[in-house]
Amino acid sequence: MISEDPLRTVLYIDLSKRSFWTEDRRDLFEQYIGGTGVAINLLQKECRQNANPLGPDNPIIFAVGPLTGVFPLASKTVALFKSPLTGNLGESHAGGRSATAIRMAGYGAIVIKGASETPVYLVIDSDKVHFKDASALWGLKSSFTVGRIIREQEDGAGLRTIMRIGGAGEKMVSYACVITETYRHFGRLGLGAVFGSKKLKAISVSGRRRIKVENPKTYRELYKEVFNRTVKSPAMKKYHDLGTAVNISPLNELKALPTENLKQNSFDQAGGISGESIAEKYLGRRVACSHCPVSCIHLATYREPYASEPYFYKTTMVGYDYELIYSFGTMLKISSPEGLLKILDEVEKYGLDVMSTGVALAWATEAQERNLIPSEGDVNGAKLRLQWGDYDTYIKAIEYLTDQPNDFYKALARGVSYASSKYGGSEFALSFGGNEMPGYHTGPAAHIGHLIGSRHSHLDGAGYSIDQQNLKEPGKSTPENIAKALIDEEKWRQILSSLTICFFARGIYDIDTVLKTLSVLGYKLTKDDLTRIGSEILREKYQFKIREGFNPRNITIPKRILETPSPHGVISEDTIRKGVESATDLLEKL
Amino acid sequence: MKRLAVVDVNLCVGCQGCLFACARRFGDAGLSRSAIHVKSAGGIERGFIVTVCRACLDPPCAKVCPTDALKPRPGGGVILNPQKCIGCGNCKEACTINAVFWDEDTNKPAICTHCGYCVDFCPYGVLKLEEREGGISV
Repeated sequence: MISEDPLRTVLYIDLSKRSFWTEDRRDLFEQYIGGTGVAINLLQKECRQNANPLGPDNPIIFAVGPLTGVFPLASKTVALFKSPLTGNLGESHAGGRSATAIRMAGYGAIVIKGASETPVYLVIDSDKVHFKDASALWGLKSSFTVGRIIREQEDGAGLRTIMRIGGAGEKMVSYACVITETYRHFGRLGLGAVFGSKKLKAISVSGRRRIKVENPKTYRELYKEVFNRTVKSPAMKKYHDLGTAVNISPLNELKALPTENLKQNSFDQAGGISGESIAEKYLGRRVACSHCPVSCIHLATYREPYASEPYFYKTTMVGYDYELIYSFGTMLKISSPEGLLKILDEVEKYGLDVMSTGVALAWATEAQERNLIPSEGDVNGAKLRLQWGDYDTYIKAIEYLTDQPNDFYKALARGVSYASSKYGGSEFALSFGGNEMPGYHTGPAAHIGHLIGSRHSHLDGAGYSIDQQNLKEPGKSTPENIAKALIDEEKWRQILSSLTICFFARGIYDIDTVLKTLSVLGYKLTKDDLTRIGSEILREKYQFKIREGFNPRNITIPKRILETPSPHGVISEDTIRKGVESATDLLEKL
Repeated sequence: MKRLAVVDVNLCVGCQGCLFACARRFGDAGLSRSAIHVKSAGGIERGFIVTVCRACLDPPCAKVCPTDALKPRPGGGVILNPQKCIGCGNCKEACTINAVFWDEDTNKPAICTHCGYCVDFCPYGVLKLEEREGGISV
């Protein structure tokens, strides 16, 4: 890398001592590029074995990559921490302005250690960290309000990211998220709870750095080439036009769309909440992450009348995506688009991971149907009977998940794996390695991927995509082939996430483009180097997972996925077990 | 003379491609030399404010420059002579629309030259380089 690139600077912040310092880690950024690669190395060093995820020994690592602020689409920040949901590796990526802000402030990574005794928010600019009293912000359940207040208080409008938690993070719901620029999230695996445990309400970062390149002329030309390919690419147009919500209709037709806690594989009323339908009736604005021309963020306009006064409305913009429509729309059978937008707005307000929350409520609804929760679902003597499609009751339940007024909601706030261990119903608890299921019942590859993936997410090996390809050539759908395809994809994704390139742009950043763009920044790497580095990073992630108790040879398969047919028919337990075994063999050889 | 103009701010998605393009004029990545700005209008849901130099015919920034480093450009706007600039920041203070930005690396203003390089990197048609007719444009 170029010697004066500020990427090499790691900012350390100790919340216990209220101190900060920087370290030059050029070695780390040269060896592991940035993002996930650098962050896993920092996490292994900074996180003591068996650390309590909600204790001061659990560090939060943010990292960006060399291409951030230099080329388009390198717009993600990687956050690594120990997950309070799974008890092992917590990894979550967010866009917004977070990545460019960290890079422009002059850092490649930020490590936050310790815990504050009193509520605090951090303001990070080019050379200082300010510890600001957040006593007046603590207890604010609405993440929207936190954002509004800090926007008014702090400088850097347009350049800054404001990462913050709502009520769910403060109350350490195991799947509380961190919100950035209102509509982007470190969504999965509970970073919000880790913020809450540190009494850290928000972080604002901004800066305006210069980054030098090796050859300005080559740089400008290559930039133009990547940019032109991006704006002309049909793959990016899909994200731009309807966004990921475009997938609702095809997956529903394919019978791969989990519905009613995956009792069903399609939703007969999905038409009203499809990407096309919401865009036509409610789409109010499309916005983009910083330094990405795609603008995949779709905001719907939701107008709600006040009951107390005629002709008085609250009008809000609500972000939506495929996974949000899945987890609240089809899983809970909310077919009213307005009901769906209303509930998504509430989830955003409290700062919960939408996917885990929807799956938790779907499990709870079925558990109540089966009378597994006799009276413990009641709050203050009032019965709260969850029913499919009844979004007003679900909105109450979301508030209870945050406030945790009784044992039942305390348990549900720890995820479906824990709740079902207490109340029964693990056979229909859609937990994969402790993380709630994403919206793909496409076949065995999706589920093997969720079970074995380092994040237990669809984002790891894209099993849903492998399943859909295999439909064309069913002979390829063997457990061994699936395992190999998943691990190969996951290896390459370590490179993309170390460059902090948005996975939506994986079609733009092929291996040649990655090498060319990196050479502008003085990285002299080869294809073989990238292959090797991808494997190394993945190996280190699993080492951390295994160190913290994950055992790929002792995996619980939710029975429900074996009952409801997928586009590949009913999935056999044998296929899943063999796939997991093959994948584990491959991981052990990394 | 041509000048940079905002065609329709409602088309802006906040990608900030123009900011990075502006810095790239000089061959740098990053933002320090960028002379254009995009921020939300008080929350992204409300849309964006795009700040560009309006190429004033009688520029307030040039009037307060103590060293004549900023000279009015024929047809509007200003030209910076960095050798003369002492980094006092008067120009930044004087700009009514906050379109004089600051390059912390050089401690001098970042001034829009109305070159139009940013226009090519706005895929939404927010910006254009327009001919200023008769010296006045609104």
